[in-house]
Amino acid sequence: MSNLVQILVDAISLGSLYALVALAIGLVFGVMKLINFAQADYITIGAYALVVPSASVSPALFIGGWPVVFMVAGVLAVVTVLALLTERIAFRPMRNSNPATLLISSFAVSYFLQHLVILVHTGRPKSVGVGNSLSAAVEIAGIRLPGNQILTMVVAAVMLVGLVIFLKKTPMGIQMRAAAENFQMARLMGVRANRVIAVAFVISGVMAAAVSLLLVVQTGTLDVRMGLMPVIFAFFATVIGGMGSLPGAALGGFIVGFISVMLQAFLPADLRPFRDAGVFLLVILILLVRPQGLIVDRAARERV
Amino acid sequence: MTGKTQQVLEAHNVHVAFGGIHALSGVDMRLDQGTVLGLIGPNGAGKTTMVNVLSGFQKPTRGSVVLNGQDVSALGPQRLARAGVGRSFQAARLFRDMTVEQNLTVAGIGTGRGGRAAARAAAEVLDWMGLTRVAEKRCDALSYGDERRVSIARALALHPAFVLLDEPASGMNDAECDALMHTIAHIPERFGCGVLLIEHNMKVIMGVCQRIHVLDGGRSLAEGTPGEVQNDPDVRRAYLGKKAAAEAHHLI
Repeated sequence: MSNLVQILVDAISLGSLYALVALAIGLVFGVMKLINFAQADYITIGAYALVVPSASVSPALFIGGWPVVFMVAGVLAVVTVLALLTERIAFRPMRNSNPATLLISSFAVSYFLQHLVILVHTGRPKSVGVGNSLSAAVEIAGIRLPGNQILTMVVAAVMLVGLVIFLKKTPMGIQMRAAAENFQMARLMGVRANRVIAVAFVISGVMAAAVSLLLVVQTGTLDVRMGLMPVIFAFFATVIGGMGSLPGAALGGFIVGFISVMLQAFLPADLRPFRDAGVFLLVILILLVRPQGLIVDRAARERV
Repeated sequence: MTGKTQQVLEAHNVHVAFGGIHALSGVDMRLDQGTVLGLIGPNGAGKTTMVNVLSGFQKPTRGSVVLNGQDVSALGPQRLARAGVGRSFQAARLFRDMTVEQNLTVAGIGTGRGGRAAARAAAEVLDWMGLTRVAEKRCDALSYGDERRVSIARALALHPAFVLLDEPASGMNDAECDALMHTIAHIPERFGCGVLLIEHNMKVIMGVCQRIHVLDGGRSLAEGTPGEVQNDPDVRRAYLGKKAAAEAHHLI
């Protein structure tokens, strides 16, 4: 019983992580048709900002050594500024390019940032002790759960609810939904393109910062590619969910997380190394059945 | 009507050529705030091209668009929309994932209002258009007629000085069409804007417009009061063909 609950908590917690990344990707895709793979490097750089740049495998803490509130604020600031900079320097000049060109430019930005990290921190994985106290188990209703998983779920829930309120209730959020559905029409309705896109990048930066911190707390390690797998899974999540649909992206994130944890738990031990292949296989099967994604972007089937 | 000075939107000698095809050849037009100008003509006459030119979607090959004495030919649709030239489209192009009220709220926010003020203004426009009953509906759940009416309401929610309506009644039945024309006729007194109304059915807009401009084959065929245009022999010919014009001139 408690084993089953543990598996379920694993699935929800991993799913929330993917949902956060998928929402960031989906939001930016919505307003500018850019599938931003540099999202991976926002996550990575957010995590590396915790330590002092050095070649050491167990580096001294930098932002990671600040009191919690300041640490969170510091990582948020670093990642959102980074996201805004990439938008301003790399993506804004390509605003009207086709999605394929935008995708390639996001790979370029991603590689650039990755090598920047290698240059400053070297490519060796590092250990970092931030939030160790959070790994302690918490007992809820007689079941012991790791604190960091509960943290992940709480953070994801707060951010999901916050994003929904932002999109439904605030003027900027309403404009962003309009822009995500029909950018040209939204501009005719007085929506400022630059502002809406910049805000989408800020939100994707905030989500990336949250994921950075959650990953570091969970794994205690820094790796140049630590953002990559979450972003690839999240990208699949947005595709399964229906590209352009934010509820779809969140749902897709949970589905991918769920599949991943279930395979890990129930595959025979010999097959477990192939877990990710199994996830991809199931993604392919889902897409064979519903190539348009689970939640169809309504703008895509507009009546003419 | 507002106490501001009258605004005027003009087209001077507008030519539009797509390759070798002349969609518009030397068209002059003048739209005054507070009036309804009908733009009619058979299919392919260049009506939609004219609206595209006036709203910045199509740059004129030659000639100019002038707003209150300023040449705005080089401005894109976003800039013109901000300068007060709004339009509807043949396809409604609503934000389908959002409610009717939110669609209008987007427009209100775009005019610089806060969220609450924009929502209030949206409710007023919907009330005036008789659309309050669908305010909370998502736009992908609207009937065809409501979809068209909401797209006009949304254009009005931008509080434009001029609103260009491209065949707003297309696909509606006669009763719906009459009701919509009645509404459109009252837009100037309610919102103080000038309305350019495209229609291919002359009968439909006779009672709505102060003036009517007739296009045929990209050229201005006639302009005048509905009575003048109705009795213009060139207009009859364009609409009905020479023979039918003689037989059936009472039809239009």
